[in-house]
Amino acid sequence: MAAITSDLTSAPVLPKWIAPVLLLAFAYGVVPLIGSSYLFEAILLPFLALGLAGVGLNILTGYAGQVSLGSAAFMAAGAFAAYNFNLRVEGLPLIGSIVLAGIVAAAIGIVFGLPSLRLKGFYLAVSTLAAQFFVQWALTKFSWFSNNSASGVIDAPRLSIGGLALDGAVGRYLFALTIVSILTFLAYRLVSSQTGRNFIAIRDNETAARIIGIPVLKTKLLAFAISSFIIGVAGVIWAFAYLRTVEPDGFDLDRSFQILFIIIIGGLASIRGAFFGAALIVVFPLGLSRLGGFLLGDVFDSGVLDMSQRIVLGALIILFLILEPDGLVALWDRIRRRLLFAWQST
Amino acid sequence: MPLASYALGMMDASVYAPEVFARGLPSTPQSSAVGIVPAGSIADAAAPLLALQGIGLSFGGVVALADIELSVNPGEIRAIIGPNGAGKSSLINVISGVYRPDRGHVLLDGVRYGQVPTQRLAHLGVARTFQNLALFKGLSVLDNVASGLAYKVRSNFAGQVLGIGRSRGEQRDSLSRAGQILEFLDLTAVRDRLAGTLPYGLQKRVELARALVAEPRLLLLDEPMAGMTASEKSEMASFVRAARDRFATTVVLIEHDVGVVMGLSDRIAVLDYGRKIADATPDEVRNDQRVIDAYLGVASDNEDGAGI
Repeated sequence: MAAITSDLTSAPVLPKWIAPVLLLAFAYGVVPLIGSSYLFEAILLPFLALGLAGVGLNILTGYAGQVSLGSAAFMAAGAFAAYNFNLRVEGLPLIGSIVLAGIVAAAIGIVFGLPSLRLKGFYLAVSTLAAQFFVQWALTKFSWFSNNSASGVIDAPRLSIGGLALDGAVGRYLFALTIVSILTFLAYRLVSSQTGRNFIAIRDNETAARIIGIPVLKTKLLAFAISSFIIGVAGVIWAFAYLRTVEPDGFDLDRSFQILFIIIIGGLASIRGAFFGAALIVVFPLGLSRLGGFLLGDVFDSGVLDMSQRIVLGALIILFLILEPDGLVALWDRIRRRLLFAWQST
Repeated sequence: MPLASYALGMMDASVYAPEVFARGLPSTPQSSAVGIVPAGSIADAAAPLLALQGIGLSFGGVVALADIELSVNPGEIRAIIGPNGAGKSSLINVISGVYRPDRGHVLLDGVRYGQVPTQRLAHLGVARTFQNLALFKGLSVLDNVASGLAYKVRSNFAGQVLGIGRSRGEQRDSLSRAGQILEFLDLTAVRDRLAGTLPYGLQKRVELARALVAEPRLLLLDEPMAGMTASEKSEMASFVRAARDRFATTVVLIEHDVGVVMGLSDRIAVLDYGRKIADATPDEVRNDQRVIDAYLGVASDNEDGAGI
């Protein structure tokens, strides 16, 4: 008993990095050995891409308070930019293409972030729709972006880092996992830095932020740039590691809403929340189709699935907004605290 | 005319750095400013840190401020009182650049502004608090106070993310200074709580801490004691006085509670319907018939429901 109590008292003071490190060790060491190709192709790869896009949008919307409906456009910009850099620049390593693609997405993000200097909330959200429609239109209109492919479809190049080929489901999973881990770590560092505090200050009270000398305009544009960079790289993962062939239509407004729902359900202003939300968004349709097929049999075809998925997801979002505005993260923390408490009192 | 003077003010601001004025290089605008101040004011030869010249401000047909003259000497606690709607908060907003006056100028340290540049306020050594709390609810108390030093940060986001360059030192420095201010204002016990979860009186004090951490030369307090209990008010008054003594900060405060103001301030200006009706020491203000008519009399009549 004494041993258990001492164990318990030491549990809450474990350093904060223990949980992520254990998780990463599991993701690198165990998952590739036990996972099936279905797990990688249908669950983990979209989860990683959407989770990273959620992290990017959360920096802009959750932390800096600027609502954006253009996430899919930045994903598309990243994917197509990486494709073109890889295609047209001789000898550029894949990582170089990805970084440049992120920078292109960031530049587009700054341009479409300019309205945020004057507009707020709902009006800003509407103005970011311009990014959504413009980028999709430009990618469809000018076939140069897709190397003159008739349908606008691009095929991902072979993935390799430093000469190490990463083909196959496991290789692409490791490729995505590495990029997502690095960027998520940097995003975590960012939100706990002075710049991250400036984001929150502008979100919570812009006038006060300006008075105490936070450069409001610069900080807002920085939020757009960083967010778009991360979302752009998420787009590269989506296109290169998950789908392998993408077209501009794959990055439509629905995708932007999907990413917005991820951070609302997962939890605004939380890095973990983006992954919680992404997990739910990815696993939920699969679970629903299994459940529907089990309960209703053949009646539950793909049309019914699509419709019921929208209905349940919509209801879920309304429920979250009313009952748990802080998202799955808050729910998770509460459950964890309860469990810990229950465990301690036994 | 207002446009031209506005442009002139901006030109002053851009051509001469405020430090140049602080050293007293072109003393002419400064002395002329003192000359305009009415003889009734007890402004002496020492240059005022802050002077308002003929400030006028209207919202549509409502005159919020009319021809306001005010001078604030270094190191004094200067109160501005007046009934509801007298224009007190408008005046603070003009001084801090949130509003642009229709007429008149603000002289900060001898530099003339048509509109005070809000973005550079912290660099000019001016900090303020707000009547309705303006804390960053999603940040901890410590981070709120540390954000008062954000204007000094030189490192860029990349340096901060990677923890290289001067960012580490800056981070350590601002957190330790924020910690010191929290200790000074007796807030150490709540330093890791989210600011939005604190009771009202403590939030007011955190706002004071956020303003003080930059060690401003001029501190503008917009109703720092509004909605507080009597004991909280006297506590806040002692904090304001202690802050002035410790940081040699000049304080301009707006307050409803005349009793607290009388004991706290060196000089009091009284506003009524956007006009200054008195400007003197607490004792003189207390015996001024116009002030009693405009403000004190009314306040004592409905003491229980004052301000409701």
